Amino acid sequence: MRKTLTLVLAGLTTLGLAAGAFADDYMTLASTTSTENSGLFNAILPQFKAATDIDVRVVAVGTGQAFEIARRGDADSLLVHDTAGELRFVENGYATERADVMYNDFVVIGPGNDPANARQAQTAAEAFANIAEAQAPFASRGDDSGTNRAELRLWENAGVEPDGDWYRELGSGMGPTLNTAAAMDAYVMSDRATWVAFKNRQNLTLLFEGDDVLFNQYGSLLLSKEKNPHLKYDLAEKWHKWLISEQGQKAIADFQVDGQQLFFPNAK
Amino acid sequence: MENNAFYVALSLLMNLDATLFQIVALSLQVSLLAVLAAALLGFPLGAAVALWRFPGRGGVIVALNALMGLPPVVAGLTVYLLLSRAGPLGELGLLFTPTAMVIAQFVLVLPILAALSRQKVEELLGEYREQFISLGMSRSRMMPTLLWDARFTLLTVLLAGFGRASAEVGAVMMVGGNIDGVTRVMTTAIVLETSKGDLPLALGLGIVLLTLVMLINAGAYVVSELAKRRVG
Amino acid sequence: MTSYNALLNAAATLCPPTALRFEGVAFSHLGETLLGPCSFTLTRPGPTLIMGPNGAGKSILLRLAHGLLSPTQGQVSWSGEGRPRQAMVFQNPVLLRRSAMANLTHALAVNNTPRKARRKLALEALERFGLTARADTSARVLSGGEQQRLALARAWVLTPDVLFLDEPTSALDPAAIKAVETAVREFHQRGTRIVMTTHDLHQAKRLAGDVLFLAGGKIHEHTFAESFFSSPVSKEARAFIAGELVE
Repeated sequence: MRKTLTLVLAGLTTLGLAAGAFADDYMTLASTTSTENSGLFNAILPQFKAATDIDVRVVAVGTGQAFEIARRGDADSLLVHDTAGELRFVENGYATERADVMYNDFVVIGPGNDPANARQAQTAAEAFANIAEAQAPFASRGDDSGTNRAELRLWENAGVEPDGDWYRELGSGMGPTLNTAAAMDAYVMSDRATWVAFKNRQNLTLLFEGDDVLFNQYGSLLLSKEKNPHLKYDLAEKWHKWLISEQGQKAIADFQVDGQQLFFPNAK
Repeated sequence: MENNAFYVALSLLMNLDATLFQIVALSLQVSLLAVLAAALLGFPLGAAVALWRFPGRGGVIVALNALMGLPPVVAGLTVYLLLSRAGPLGELGLLFTPTAMVIAQFVLVLPILAALSRQKVEELLGEYREQFISLGMSRSRMMPTLLWDARFTLLTVLLAGFGRASAEVGAVMMVGGNIDGVTRVMTTAIVLETSKGDLPLALGLGIVLLTLVMLINAGAYVVSELAKRRVG
Repeated sequence: MTSYNALLNAAATLCPPTALRFEGVAFSHLGETLLGPCSFTLTRPGPTLIMGPNGAGKSILLRLAHGLLSPTQGQVSWSGEGRPRQAMVFQNPVLLRRSAMANLTHALAVNNTPRKARRKLALEALERFGLTARADTSARVLSGGEQQRLALARAWVLTPDVLFLDEPTSALDPAAIKAVETAVREFHQRGTRIVMTTHDLHQAKRLAGDVLFLAGGKIHEHTFAESFFSSPVSKEARAFIAGELVE
């Protein structure tokens, strides 16, 4: 009895620890939920691995947390969509380089019957103003993410201070916010990638798109070896370079969901 | 949608989905390892608090009992700060690995095992104390005897700890990062599918998880009942 | 009766002297004095039966003697060769959740008996107390009488110089009582000093070499069995023997 127990224990320990220590080279990439949830990484990472034999382990969190992870040295690379934040990161010395990788856009989602008449608006600002006037329920991420800041800028453009029972700040990521919006029949601003991959739409539908202000740029950051001595610099550099290389950019462009391309490569 | 979920759960199991299998295996490894490690430390710890009088003993008991309710996300955050490269144990490079998840769940489950074993050992001690002193047993000698005598209750305590570990998501999410193929477990997979709006799949995974835990509990119950009948 | 006593005295001459001394011993709990103050000495040969109605303080006295309780006043000491090996059997047998055999080997292990010798000694004791067939049975499913015999077997393997018993048969049926009393005699024959409490007058008559009579927390008599039963001195003792004093 005792012997069996010890064997089982030993087996579990080795299994458990081995699972966390692959023989292959690997690096950790902190990215956002929009890239993960859309399925982008499932599409492009195998191609990167084939080219370089490097495993990329993606930790998908909110933008704020992604920056924090990188700042603490727990990630080797960063791929987010908060250009202002990214530039500040380089300024503060945490990253040595920032590069445009791809873009898509934000879209305005809402209930099918569109009580605030967002569909008819000519600009994003107008759509937002309509929603505020109609006091139609609006689900905001309220988590100080890149998407959230973009949303707040739009309210500013629309000349509206969003406040009241209709404006609900959830403090959540994009997916959970969409779930809540679907249940509340509320308007919500989402990035296109998350929306296209989102399955719990219920009454929600895409109501407004196309305004230039809804442009959403993704950037890759090459982190600083100085600030982070444990950084797997060589691997991170390969990744960073690959993303903006012809092969990487093509991999991004080739990624489609339901016949739609979700990310548009725009590396310089 | 509920019907959908059961169908999804069933088809997941029928197809013996490779990813699902890997996720389930990892979930079990992490939680079992965490609970066993916590038992190795927690049971003697609980027994020690039951056996010895020392200044502040009451405070320790209250603390252990209170920590049973430690929010998983707080445990996760604490372990994250410890294991982060910027933290005191950063050199070990354990963050975002299954080992980190085991550590976080260990922290979560340890108070449960210690507090409940203390309670049971103290109860048994009331029954055995005079006889043990008569036999000339020192308090340290009493410890293994009491723990073995309490084994049926301790099995239930172990299951309670395992239940807590396999059900939580806050700790493993934070220290594991929910990395596909590396640190994704049942609960974090459920959160991911929910955030993608794939509620039937999320619920289906939940049903699979529940079924698994129920099977483990059923197995333990049968074993324990058979043994209890023999031992009386 | 006389030949029985002669037998006891003969056994006594073969054994080393062990005297238990109570000097001004009292025990109080929460302000109430439950026993004493009392002074006496227990010398060979025994068996000493501590008698008295319920609540007289017999159990407390026994526990003070064995060292399970500390006196709030006075001193308990052993003369002769210093503190002797002791064992105790309780009213309700306290057995581990293991087989009968395992209970014995556990006690032997605690006693630092070499591992190889344990099984043999345990089997001998089981046989002596008629429990061989029950060796692998869990102690907790044994009958009351069997459990008490197992407790005695456990005391036996520890080869105590003194054996304390606290009303060991009050929960047992007549057949079991007989078996336990036989066991007690076996201990006495081996040279173990017996100190036993009982509220059963007839049991005391069967077993006692000397009697310590307690009532209301005080010792009223301490004398040889014959004189106690034939001509008790105190009125409490007379009442007890006559079956009058119940508490």
